[in-house]
Amino acid sequence: MWSNVTPRCVQCIKNKSVVRQLHKTSLKGLCFNPLPVSNRTPTAVGSLQKRISSVLQQWTRSYSAHFTYVPDTVPSSEGETVRMNLFQAVNNAMDIALASDPTAIIFGEDVAFGGVFRCTLNLQDKHGKDRVFNTPLCEQGIAGFGIGAAVAGATVIAEMQFADYIFPAFDQIVNEAAKFRYRCGNQFDCGKLTFRAPCGAVGHGALYHSQSPEAYFAHTPGLKIVMPRGAVKAKGLLLSCIRSNDPCIFFEPKILYRSAVEQVPTRDYELPIGKADILLEGENVTLLGWGTQVHVLREVAQLAQDRLNVTCEVIDLVTIQPWDRETIFNSVTKTGRLVIAHEAPLNCGLGAEIAASVQKECFLNLEAPIQRVTGHDTPFPHVFEPFYIPDKWRCLEAVRVAVEF
Amino acid sequence: MSMLPSKMIRSTPALSRNIWPLSKSKAYSTEATFETKPYKLHRLESGPSTTVTCNKEDALHMYRQMQAIRRLETSASNLYKEKAVRGFCHLYSGQEACAVGMRKAMSDVDTIITAYRTFGNCDQVPLGAGLGFAHKYKGDGGINISLYGDGAANQGQIFEAYNMAKLWNLPCIFVCENNGYGMGTSAERASANVNYYTRGDTVPGIWVDGMDVLAVREATRFAKQMCTDGQGPVLMETATYRYSGHSMSDPGTSYRTREEIQEVRQSRDPITSFKDKIINAGLTTAEELKSIDNEVRVEVDKATKDAKADGEISLEEIAADIYALNLEGPVRGIVSGDSFKHINIGPQVNRK
Repeated sequence: MWSNVTPRCVQCIKNKSVVRQLHKTSLKGLCFNPLPVSNRTPTAVGSLQKRISSVLQQWTRSYSAHFTYVPDTVPSSEGETVRMNLFQAVNNAMDIALASDPTAIIFGEDVAFGGVFRCTLNLQDKHGKDRVFNTPLCEQGIAGFGIGAAVAGATVIAEMQFADYIFPAFDQIVNEAAKFRYRCGNQFDCGKLTFRAPCGAVGHGALYHSQSPEAYFAHTPGLKIVMPRGAVKAKGLLLSCIRSNDPCIFFEPKILYRSAVEQVPTRDYELPIGKADILLEGENVTLLGWGTQVHVLREVAQLAQDRLNVTCEVIDLVTIQPWDRETIFNSVTKTGRLVIAHEAPLNCGLGAEIAASVQKECFLNLEAPIQRVTGHDTPFPHVFEPFYIPDKWRCLEAVRVAVEF
Repeated sequence: MSMLPSKMIRSTPALSRNIWPLSKSKAYSTEATFETKPYKLHRLESGPSTTVTCNKEDALHMYRQMQAIRRLETSASNLYKEKAVRGFCHLYSGQEACAVGMRKAMSDVDTIITAYRTFGNCDQVPLGAGLGFAHKYKGDGGINISLYGDGAANQGQIFEAYNMAKLWNLPCIFVCENNGYGMGTSAERASANVNYYTRGDTVPGIWVDGMDVLAVREATRFAKQMCTDGQGPVLMETATYRYSGHSMSDPGTSYRTREEIQEVRQSRDPITSFKDKIINAGLTTAEELKSIDNEVRVEVDKATKDAKADGEISLEEIAADIYALNLEGPVRGIVSGDSFKHINIGPQVNRK
């Protein structure tokens, strides 16, 4: 949390002195608009390095999150609620799925013990070893096995221990799961198949425990891809994915597992796939994100109001594929400006597809070029994570550029 | 820590130098013979010799290297716990005989490829087949050793690599360091066939006691000879043990008992057992080994202290040592149009 950063550090960033300095230099992973090497004086570089390292230390020592979590609230008409974090909501959804569907099974690496993130805690004890079981470390096998089981009539919930390790399963997901129904003319399908995969930045995950691979899969017709922003959404969306008649990939932002705490309805409920949520209505700029980034954008909207006197419409895309074109187009038609922010790299990220679609559909309504604030086109860095993620300051800068265009 | 095995193979002067006080040593024997545990063989008529000899120089060298790894791992563990280093930390303690024994059988032209603590990922194994092909293609007489663990041994890519290597007769040794446990589960729970040395089908296999540095050295020599005779590839399983959890976030006690770990430490520790062996054979004395222990401790403590006191590298090093010989011009930054000058600082080890 920002509150974990020292006041001096916050002030420093508020003044944007460090950010301004960063504009003037080129430190690996930190550069925005660098001068050539020859224009740097050794003393300026030295003092800047010290300042950056002090900021870095502050950020990294506390593993501070880069966002302030805003919980969703549900109306009392939803009935009884229980306080749950995101992993408990996921656990609860799977518990309901197993209880309500005798064909439902869960498997993956270490899931019998609760999984590395505790999402499957106690499910084996409750529902049996034949329904909740461990697999060896073999993602391609897990995916293929899941497809086969789903085709044969099981409701399959397969866990990839980390989204970063989904790639050995890429062939099975893209060439088998996504194309199964098409290939056999709808004689068979693996629609009752859901992959769960923890994704995204977590503060210290580095290159193999931080990635957001949603765009790779969005390129493949035949899959549904969902990413929740909190506990209430996670439960309803996961149940929808599990019961959907198409194979789904459910990406869980792992930094939210414990930090996203909400009053979650205890009943069995589903939330719509393919429907974006307008979280905050505004007139001047549309801010679009998904997963953790939604919480960053909420804060950006407040900052934009305070500092730039503009109102932002904050939208959680919720579903990566099929994405809610209508909601986005309507919003941009109203505001004329769009900032898309995601943790995944810029090049061919989902932001590119959305930007291209919006410019086609809303061309005459646009007041400024569509801004993308994303991870950089590098491997996900370790200590430089704070400079890699699209934090609120980079997003605010994009809002300013859009407004002042 | 992650990079230690690969650093070991570079055989840094500090670690490979044999400093022992010759003046203190008495007229002990200079060579001794030892019996290894029997090897288990797959598709092999005969295996490595169970009678192995070792001279004093090699014995002390291997002892020093194993102690250095143990010390270094302890230091890495402490640094991690005090948050001086971050990221992921997978300790090698308990498996020292594997790295040191293999290294001792390698020549300078041979290559070795691994991941963190040699297991977890197996993505490097097909790469190893490629390295083996390069040795064969270039005719440099070298072989490749690809390391992975029992946790990764069930991934399909490994079997693809076995097949290619056998099909094209590549000089490759595939080494499964079987420490008994994947990340959170035992080998028996994850593998239908835990005889990893037999899992290459047509690829001959050797099971070796991975807690015995001399057995590992002998088996590696044997496998290397097969490869250089054009009979490669070979699969080698080193039966070993890891004292720590999979990584620092795994206490390593939820899927095994503390007693089990203690039992291995007391009866099968690769360093202690080797120590007893070479003292009993008259190759060295307890005092001599004690002085090596002290030297290693001083060396690692100093390296740790130096590392902690070291300043940040300069900005000019942003794009340093990416290539041994840079033919690309400026190096791209993270935004378009952003570039850095490439410079060389360290030794260009890949530049021939």
